[in-house]
Amino acid sequence: MSGLRTLLSNGKARAGAVLVVGFVLMALLGPLAVQDATAFVAVPHLPPGPGHWFGTTGQGQDVFAQTVVGARITLLVGFATGLGVVVIGSLIGGIAGYAGGRVDDLLSLLINVFLVMPGLPLMVVLAAFLPAGPATMFAVLVLTGWAWNARVLRAQTLAVRNRDFIAAARVSGEGTVRLVAVEILPNMASLIVSSFIGATIYAIGAQVGLEFLGLGDISAVTWGTNLYWASNDSALLTGSWWTFVPTGLSVALVGFGLVLLNFGIDEITNPRLTASKVLGELGDGPQSTPVRELPSD
Amino acid sequence: MSGAVPMLLRRLGFYFLAGWVALTLNFLIPRMMPGDPAAVMLARFEGDLSPEALQALRETFGISDGPMWQQYLDYLSHVLRGDLGISIAYFPAPVTQVLGTGLLWTVFLAGGAVLIAFALGTTLGALAAWWRGGWLDAIAPPTLAFLGAFPYFWLAMVAAWLFGFQLGLFPLRHAYGLDIEPALSLAFVSSVAYHAFLPALTMVIASTGGWMLGMRNVMIGVLGDDFITYAMARGLPRRRVLFHYAARNALLPNVTGFGMALGFVLSGALLTEIVFSYPGQGYLLIQSVRAQDFPLMQGIFLTITAAVLGANWLVDIVTVLLDPRTR
Repeated sequence: MSGLRTLLSNGKARAGAVLVVGFVLMALLGPLAVQDATAFVAVPHLPPGPGHWFGTTGQGQDVFAQTVVGARITLLVGFATGLGVVVIGSLIGGIAGYAGGRVDDLLSLLINVFLVMPGLPLMVVLAAFLPAGPATMFAVLVLTGWAWNARVLRAQTLAVRNRDFIAAARVSGEGTVRLVAVEILPNMASLIVSSFIGATIYAIGAQVGLEFLGLGDISAVTWGTNLYWASNDSALLTGSWWTFVPTGLSVALVGFGLVLLNFGIDEITNPRLTASKVLGELGDGPQSTPVRELPSD
Repeated sequence: MSGAVPMLLRRLGFYFLAGWVALTLNFLIPRMMPGDPAAVMLARFEGDLSPEALQALRETFGISDGPMWQQYLDYLSHVLRGDLGISIAYFPAPVTQVLGTGLLWTVFLAGGAVLIAFALGTTLGALAAWWRGGWLDAIAPPTLAFLGAFPYFWLAMVAAWLFGFQLGLFPLRHAYGLDIEPALSLAFVSSVAYHAFLPALTMVIASTGGWMLGMRNVMIGVLGDDFITYAMARGLPRRRVLFHYAARNALLPNVTGFGMALGFVLSGALLTEIVFSYPGQGYLLIQSVRAQDFPLMQGIFLTITAAVLGANWLVDIVTVLLDPRTR
């Protein structure tokens, strides 16, 4: 767990972890503590106030309960998709990078084709034809999202594969499986973790977008369907901002927490980003002491 | 220039291949449904649709008793002749006619927003890397990363509510005033700009951060290179080192990423258009989802894909112009 400790020694990563863990706890425990999110509890479009801290929706449901309950499916599908994308992405990317030659050519072509195709319209076509629900959402998001990870992991496999210590291990008689599992994969651990985080960010955003279009299970309570109903119940025309602000803020805070985690990983694994010497030596920037004032042009 | 033309032709070949994959997916998806997809789908419309519409739907999907390869060839020849079938939501208008000007509005809105965000983001990123640890470097990346975490369309909802509904500063819907004739007049152009401002602004806000971070991180690497130290040691004006030496080299990976980001931004633009009832592809997309208008949905997928592939080729050409190594 020394990796985790290193990660949490970084301020950005710590802030991100607090945000993400907070929302995950809310998703796990919150639904047990709030009232029924689908029940009609008060007058529709009631502004925030005592009794209903976040107000009510156009259907007379409690917005606070909807925000808390919505986290569960949204985050579950988000993390599951992140995992699915990384597994498929590292499998295809790893095989392409390790095998090289024809296999690599073919798989790279496949990766690039999926990368260049615009995601949302393809997702819409897929989701519209399949029965609505979390399983469909997972399948659609993995199918349209794996390529980016595959590309990143292929590049990294290629880079690691040609290092001297891999050649040394191969010469010393290590088998392919052991070579990949013991020598190559651990060298990509931080990349795989940050790919998982990136894929989860993508999955949450795309999921919310698709559900906003009405392509999810609109009878379930998720962050995406909350926004779908807010828009459908003319939140903009009635000025009931409270029906979409809490959910959107939650989406952004989780996303921001995950981005912060990735910043932290970046700073730890890429020391150049934290090294302050780069420009300090050149006598530029307000924080450094200029060696000699260069004439301004 | 010897290597540039074959390279661009090879890329063009790749985009045609990607286009063919999209076409084939479009053909396969309805047919890969569990059970008998055609029957299920057609049954869903039974009663709602006139027999003529049902027949049109059948023909759109090339659903016939013929073998699969026959259906596939029929489908390809239809698409290549520009026949994307008949829309259900706007029956009996053909899909191509419904799509009509929608793509132009989307390309205008998304393209404009992408260009602004790219210029703004890369400039900010270059400056943040230059003044490492300065106030810009401390404030802008986290702020923009936070803004970038919001879904595009949610920012659009907030902007529409705040500036459109509450303050009444900007219009809430449409691409130009209803009382203005579309023409190349000052009134029309300014009305278009006025209506595009809020949707474009939300997209710029959401996507600038990505460009800035990318540029900043590449730029930090470039600034560590020896040729920068040498340029500074020679006493070149700092602004020249910043823009002509460092930024120009750091820009390339960002330009390459530009093509890839286009698809992503277009997706965001589609949702933003829905919030603002902007008459682009996004607005048609939600109409098609509501009406379960599969032919229109597929038409949107194909046209957007074509637009993204074309834009990517343009980016390739720009890369060749910018980077002497590719020639």
